[in-house]
Amino acid sequence: MPDPSHSHDSDAAPDLSRRKFLRLAGGAAALSAVGGLLAACGSSAAPASSGTSPASASAAAATSGAAKPSVAASAAAAASEGAAGGIKVGVLNSLSGTMAISEVAVKNASLMAIDEINKAGGVLGKQLTPVVQDGASDWPTFAEKTKLLLQNEKVAAIFGCWTSASRKAVLPVVEQLNGLLYYPVQYEGLEASKNIFYIAAPPNQQIIPAVTFLLEKGWKNMYLLGSDYVFPRTANKVIKAQLKAEGGTTVAEDYTPLGNTDYSAVVSKIKASKPQVVFNTLNGDSNVAFFKQMKAAGFTADNMPVMSVSVAEEEVAGIGVDNFKNQYTAWNYFESVSGDANKKFVDGFKKAYGTNKVTDDPIEHAYAAVYLWAKQVEKASSTDVDKVRAAADGVSFDAPQGKVTLDGATQHIFQKAMIGQAGDDGQFKVVWDSGDKALQPDPFLKTYSWGSTVTGS
Amino acid sequence: MTGLVLLGIFNGLSVASILLLIAIGLAITFGLMNVINMAHGQFIMVGAYVAYLCGNVALSLVGADAAGNAFILALPASFLVTAVIGWLLERGLIRFLYKRPLDTLLATWGVGLLLEQAAKNIFGAPNVNVRVPTWLGGALQLGPDLSLSYARLFILGLALVALAGVYVYLFRTSLGRLVRAAMQNRAMADCLGVRTDRIDAYTFALGAGLAGLAGAALCLLGPVGPFIGTDYIVQAFMVVVLGGVGQLLGTMGAAGAIGGLDSVFNLQFSVSIGQVIVFAAVIAFLQVRPSGFIRTRAR
Repeated sequence: MPDPSHSHDSDAAPDLSRRKFLRLAGGAAALSAVGGLLAACGSSAAPASSGTSPASASAAAATSGAAKPSVAASAAAAASEGAAGGIKVGVLNSLSGTMAISEVAVKNASLMAIDEINKAGGVLGKQLTPVVQDGASDWPTFAEKTKLLLQNEKVAAIFGCWTSASRKAVLPVVEQLNGLLYYPVQYEGLEASKNIFYIAAPPNQQIIPAVTFLLEKGWKNMYLLGSDYVFPRTANKVIKAQLKAEGGTTVAEDYTPLGNTDYSAVVSKIKASKPQVVFNTLNGDSNVAFFKQMKAAGFTADNMPVMSVSVAEEEVAGIGVDNFKNQYTAWNYFESVSGDANKKFVDGFKKAYGTNKVTDDPIEHAYAAVYLWAKQVEKASSTDVDKVRAAADGVSFDAPQGKVTLDGATQHIFQKAMIGQAGDDGQFKVVWDSGDKALQPDPFLKTYSWGSTVTGS
Repeated sequence: MTGLVLLGIFNGLSVASILLLIAIGLAITFGLMNVINMAHGQFIMVGAYVAYLCGNVALSLVGADAAGNAFILALPASFLVTAVIGWLLERGLIRFLYKRPLDTLLATWGVGLLLEQAAKNIFGAPNVNVRVPTWLGGALQLGPDLSLSYARLFILGLALVALAGVYVYLFRTSLGRLVRAAMQNRAMADCLGVRTDRIDAYTFALGAGLAGLAGAALCLLGPVGPFIGTDYIVQAFMVVVLGGVGQLLGTMGAAGAIGGLDSVFNLQFSVSIGQVIVFAAVIAFLQVRPSGFIRTRAR
């Protein structure tokens, strides 16, 4: 794709001004100023005057926070205004590469929420203009596109990412340029950034309730199986600490490479170590191979229940309903949950993207994230990042899963945890939930006596 | 405990048979023909999707109960469809690149990307579920600790049949003799009136077809999606290189050795550690014997 900003970047004049700015105004202010300048160059018909145009100047002020407060306030609105007088928002997911399988649906959910909000009159009376970028399953690309969205497009917020690796690539960029990222996928916790809202479950809203559920069932001996990267390893650290504190036993802890397709050895080890239940943090295709080969070895939900935390409605079809029947999975949302909000959401999603499409937890969280941001903006009466953040605490939304509320301190959400059991139709039946009172987000496990053994503090 | 030891041995054989099945086509396209065929993984994917389509067609014709049995018909169908694609690829692209083997790497990689994207557009990005016969679902129970899954026994048998078929074709038929003649000394074969360009096309189609067959068989155990090619391509090359490029028996030996090591180390350690050790062992072996198990005689 020919990118106008690149050609301008190599021009002598903006380059010179960038160096000067760097010396004079410091990194953040300078970078955003050039970003604004480049965007103006790329999009406006009069590049000669763009350097002094109010749009780019105010963009610099808004994102750097270096200018006087009164200027910054008026600039904030101007910064995210597109040509049509709307508010630009970024949607950043992998639309190509290995993660596209999961992330395309998440992008679709974000766009659907944006569309619904626009049809209902927009935010602060302005229409939202989505700017979609492809992270291409490549973490440096995520960082690059974030920079592009914040500097050139001057988006008010970014919705997206899936893997923790992509989030960690985006984190320093949104912090440096004071942007906002809304992250929609359950993750390993132990993270806090003032520029990220985690519209997703940390361990205490998914993994810990799932372990508690299994212990209450009397399944105390657990076999921990995961893909070999940061989320399963951190999750298993949490599970081991919880089992130790609450009277369970870790029979074995096993990791396979991402994309592994042979589980004969794992199945044999499960057979030999005779756990009561397998706690599965495998990700992606490996789940298909694992469940097919468990079934082939004679393991079903009756003689070896498996609790999964990364298998949702979207994945069940590929695993094969027969291979996954009656197995458990832990999320905060299932397509089958009752309620008008969910019915409207599911119907809308199928209408927009095809009747054969399913919704699942990350899709729902991506949808809710856009609404939560919109409500924060309405409360703050501004799209200015600092004001939006300050308005966060207590903002709530009747999401498809039920009511979710933002927690200003952790920038996570209060939400319910649910356990679903797979049925014949590829849908989950909710067999347990954490009750009507939403769980407080606790990404650093401060409310658990054993939490310090995981966080090491 | 003996049950578990026997199960370990069976696992080793099973992994070896899967490796043999995914590598045997590559042993022909890469081993015999020296085409660095990066699209081999995507041929496997094509075979898997043909099996998926066969299941769907059978579903509409005979109903859900019997549809799984269409899988048996899917095996030859996958072989044929993939072989035709391989034949077209050879005629349309690869035959222009025989004198530039490294360029085949880029060309076939590009073809692989095209096939992958085509699958994504036609079938969608998520994995699909292939209907397989219900009688392949269970396991042969030989004791409290020892159960051999029918699916793995089936793949083991299929790999042996494929190997035997390729062996008979190459070493016991007149066409196979021509293939070997063309691969070993093209100029001489040309002089003696062998239509080497046709032989090339047939041989490449055979290698591709075997990949398709592997893809259909792997539906029993693994995921079926647009990206499964990349899951298998590295293992396939590892087996062929370890076995000795151009050596069918070496390919079999390498599959057996990797399968055996895999089984031992994966049971002893965490699977991701086990695989690292297997890779390290392969690298160490290739340091000592760069040409693999069976040395190709230089001509």
